Amino acid sequence: MRKVKLSAVIDHGVLILGSLFMMLPLLMLLQMTTIPDTEIIRTGPSLTVGDQFDDNFNKAMFEASGFSGENTGLSMLKNSFILGIGFAVGKIVIGMMAAYAIVYFRLRFATFAFWLIFTTLLLPLEVRILPSYEVVQWLGMLNTYQGLIIPLIASATATFFFRQFFRSVPEELVEAARIDGAGPVKFFIDILVPLSRTMIAAMFIIMFVYGWNQYLWPTMITTDEDMYTLVRGIKQIVQVLEGAVVPEFGRSNVLALIAVIPPVLVVVFFQSWFVKGLTESDK
Amino acid sequence: MKRAGFDTLSLPVLLLLPQLVIIAVFFYWPTIVALQSSFYLQDPFGFGSTFVGLQNYADLFSSREYRKIAWFTVTFSILVTFFSLAIALVLAVKADKVLRGAKTYRTLLMWVYAVAPPVAGFIAVIMFNQSWGPLTEFFGLFGHTYMVGVNFNDTAFAMILASVWKQVPVNFIFFLSGLQSIPRSVREAAMIDNRSATSRFWDVTFPLLAPTGFFLLIINITYSLFDTFGIVDTVVKGEPGNNPMTLVYKVYVDGFRGNDLGGSSAQSVILMVLVLALTIFQFRLIERRIHYT
Repeated sequence: MRKVKLSAVIDHGVLILGSLFMMLPLLMLLQMTTIPDTEIIRTGPSLTVGDQFDDNFNKAMFEASGFSGENTGLSMLKNSFILGIGFAVGKIVIGMMAAYAIVYFRLRFATFAFWLIFTTLLLPLEVRILPSYEVVQWLGMLNTYQGLIIPLIASATATFFFRQFFRSVPEELVEAARIDGAGPVKFFIDILVPLSRTMIAAMFIIMFVYGWNQYLWPTMITTDEDMYTLVRGIKQIVQVLEGAVVPEFGRSNVLALIAVIPPVLVVVFFQSWFVKGLTESDK
Repeated sequence: MKRAGFDTLSLPVLLLLPQLVIIAVFFYWPTIVALQSSFYLQDPFGFGSTFVGLQNYADLFSSREYRKIAWFTVTFSILVTFFSLAIALVLAVKADKVLRGAKTYRTLLMWVYAVAPPVAGFIAVIMFNQSWGPLTEFFGLFGHTYMVGVNFNDTAFAMILASVWKQVPVNFIFFLSGLQSIPRSVREAAMIDNRSATSRFWDVTFPLLAPTGFFLLIINITYSLFDTFGIVDTVVKGEPGNNPMTLVYKVYVDGFRGNDLGGSSAQSVILMVLVLALTIFQFRLIERRIHYT
């Protein structure tokens, strides 16, 4: 009996240590958003909660910073949402359409299209980052949402995921639909899309987080400060902190916190969908 | 392709078109340009370019700096992969075992998945702040003056720590789902045959987790190579100098800041070959895995 208890204590001890390892950095950031800059410069993070959060929050969200003065937290938050949602929706819509064409139609060049699309899984955007930048520049899409989002969509993860799922949908469903006189469009919209709801939700969460957290591509493609996303803005924050006489820690900590909160909430609240999507899409 | 598919021709072409156009313009075109310009030397002022064959590659392999960065990238990847896998495995085994609070632990251990790499880097910069960073003070207790951005090893450690912190959740999720898919009957049979939990883990659980582990190994190496860009960039504060950096960061610094298009493209191609080899290896493992379970 005693032995069982001891091992339970060890199990919980390890898990608590692990949780602390994960949580402490965020708690520190949280504490630092509640104290004034002058205190941070003197003592850094501490264990007392201050009362400056409102002040720091207002500064970060509504007061303009940067060279152009257009760069508020609010505008970065807006851009982050546009990137996250635009990327997720674009990827899912295009992926589902392509997967439907590949799985449900007799096409002579289907195998060729399949290989063209799935080769994109082999190389991440990072290895062709400069030529991609030149292409976007040539198309006049620098500092636009299209230029930010579309090149990121040029990989087949969602197509692959939906292809796997469509293949697991019972064959009888198409046969029944055809007997009842449903055409390909009706079958797709009335049967296949509703059937894929859970898959779409899972994919949306993963893609939203992925899009929101993009850094290298937005760093290259957006130079106008009113196009910055929160995650891209981190770069500016770090550099500003280095140069300033009284670094604006309050402001930058709030911005870092806001960059983290929406994707974290999505992952925590839709945990079961998220885990399902993650473990099934990467296999 | 389904047996009872549709026969229309125009519709599937229309459905495939957006995907095909996007990958043609933003995948194939840039990839071909990268391959091509790796054989050319660009004029720094943008006046044309000359064909130099394999010169860009030869320059890279003979460059001491490039070899140093490649070596750092290898060390960095091994350390990040090892520690994030090991920590995640221990946590997943424990989280699979406990009954009370299992859900809470799971949430607390996985939320960092959603934190962007540059934010992880930013937090590391704060924790290692020269004058009051908690971790700087911690190392101060042992008489070590921690200096991120000045001391090579100190900077490297901050990068590795942030990268591991950011990667543990993914591995944890996969290990936990792998553990939960081990059939009850197998566990119970093992319980009857072997009373020692430690040897049960190494003889039964660990081999059954091996396919997940192999798969994660590739995922983690790819992560260390590419996705850590944001961490490296924030920890060195955009000032490479003599700081440690990874191969992807070097591509960015040379191509985007240094305007050395040919050299940067050659580096891209080297990375392409590397990631191609890893992915093919991974696909072959997945094929094998089907027979495993």
